[in-house]
Amino acid sequence: MREREGITMIDMFSYAFMQRAFIAAIIIAFIAPCIGVPIVLKRLSAIGDATSHSALAGIAIGLLLGINPVLGGLIFSVLAVLGIEFFRKAFSKFSEIAAVVIMSAGIGLTALVSGFITSGAANLNAFMFGSIVAISDFELWLTVILGAIVLSAFALMRHELFFITFDEEAARLSGIKTGLVNTVLMLLTAITVSVASRVVGALMISSLMVIPVACAMMIGKSYRLTVIWSVIFAQIFAVFGLIISYFADLRPGGTIVLLGVITLIILMIFKRGR
Amino acid sequence: MDEILKVDNVSFDYRDANVLRNVSFTLNRGDFLGIIGANGAGKSTLIKLILQILPLAGGSIELFGTDLAKFRDNHRIGYVAQKASSFNSQFPATVGEVVMANLYSKRRHPFFRYSRTDHKKCDEVLETVGMLEYKDKLIGNLSGGQQQRVFIARALISEPELLLMDEPTVGVDAIQCAQITDIITRLNQGGMTIVMTNHDTPELIRLSSKLLIFCSHGNGEFLNRADLTVDEVNTIYAGKRGHHHD
Repeated sequence: MREREGITMIDMFSYAFMQRAFIAAIIIAFIAPCIGVPIVLKRLSAIGDATSHSALAGIAIGLLLGINPVLGGLIFSVLAVLGIEFFRKAFSKFSEIAAVVIMSAGIGLTALVSGFITSGAANLNAFMFGSIVAISDFELWLTVILGAIVLSAFALMRHELFFITFDEEAARLSGIKTGLVNTVLMLLTAITVSVASRVVGALMISSLMVIPVACAMMIGKSYRLTVIWSVIFAQIFAVFGLIISYFADLRPGGTIVLLGVITLIILMIFKRGR
Repeated sequence: MDEILKVDNVSFDYRDANVLRNVSFTLNRGDFLGIIGANGAGKSTLIKLILQILPLAGGSIELFGTDLAKFRDNHRIGYVAQKASSFNSQFPATVGEVVMANLYSKRRHPFFRYSRTDHKKCDEVLETVGMLEYKDKLIGNLSGGQQQRVFIARALISEPELLLMDEPTVGVDAIQCAQITDIITRLNQGGMTIVMTNHDTPELIRLSSKLLIFCSHGNGEFLNRADLTVDEVNTIYAGKRGHHHD
């Protein structure tokens, strides 16, 4: 680790950009695993990837047109989940096609648009892999508000989400409007992806939805505990990932995700050894 | 007598096969209907029509005197499907969580929290199916028969008056099978109306008070078990009635 000489943890927190980065990362590390649990257990992890690549296209267009890139990412994430629903209905027996088509469209559009970005190329790179220094006050507020919306929706729909995730048919028979809840879950995924693109990076966010959940499934003894452990793991990865990336001058998104992968491997070895 | 279920002139076609043809019968409170017929005869189709999993194309169905299209009291109906059909054995959920989930059918609003009474009710239904000691265990770690008893408990927590069971003992070992049969018998003796299909025809005839036998061309023959002579029962046992067109 290339430690910055003479800089302490207290110094780190004295910087306004680091305070913003930590607040944003902590919020993201709450919402990403909450949404990740139903997404992973419904075997829809590919949707996270498809949405994040579409968000990147929106970010690139935002950078090109001078619109706030996080807003651009949000609009394209929402369009992506609506597109996935459209293709899922068209290929009802091969629903994985939907995620691949939307992901391809997202990557293709990003590639096209990025060719026209002259001054903000480094900025696009920061959105792909995350950046500590980049969060503006507006983006922090957007993160706080959208994070509150996602968390509130998750808390209100926790019974429905559990039931639908475990047994969709039984959930529908109990009176749950499964189509509506699934659509809301997709929209919450879109919001989470766009909010997280600044700090964690659009290419990394689906990992933050999946890896903490995978770690939690190694030790969780119930659905409730799996959700709680997912949030704890995500918080640990986000906070320590940011600290490491600050002191070692590394990309935060990559550091956070790799910390998660290493933890998952250790847990798997530990569990196999028992 | 309370009329629980009225099926009137119901027909249903899949794309390439006529499955049900003008099926009619009425069940009163406490009846136990056994549906008998070969594979593909329309037994599951009929249950799916009652549950609105399949759309009703011809005829009408009334639940508790209300037309199916207007029926909203989902908690009054319990459903137990064939063994763990769509559930992933690695899913991290406890028996208690799975059973409690079905309380939604009684609440139907997003703000509800489980109360102490809800937990007590969960303990009660798990006790009914003999699974209380497994309440905190992961459902994926249980045997098929134990999982099926949990799913019966899940159906019971909403206090249904009509319990629909589609081959609840498929893939379940003989001892668990007998335990499940015993649970169903006790529920019926307690006044619950039951509709059940089962691959074990003699056992189903023994349990039922009413029989719906699917003959050729999807016509259901509705009979009172008590009216059948020994010879007629033997004929059904031997499978001479209940053959489907395909």
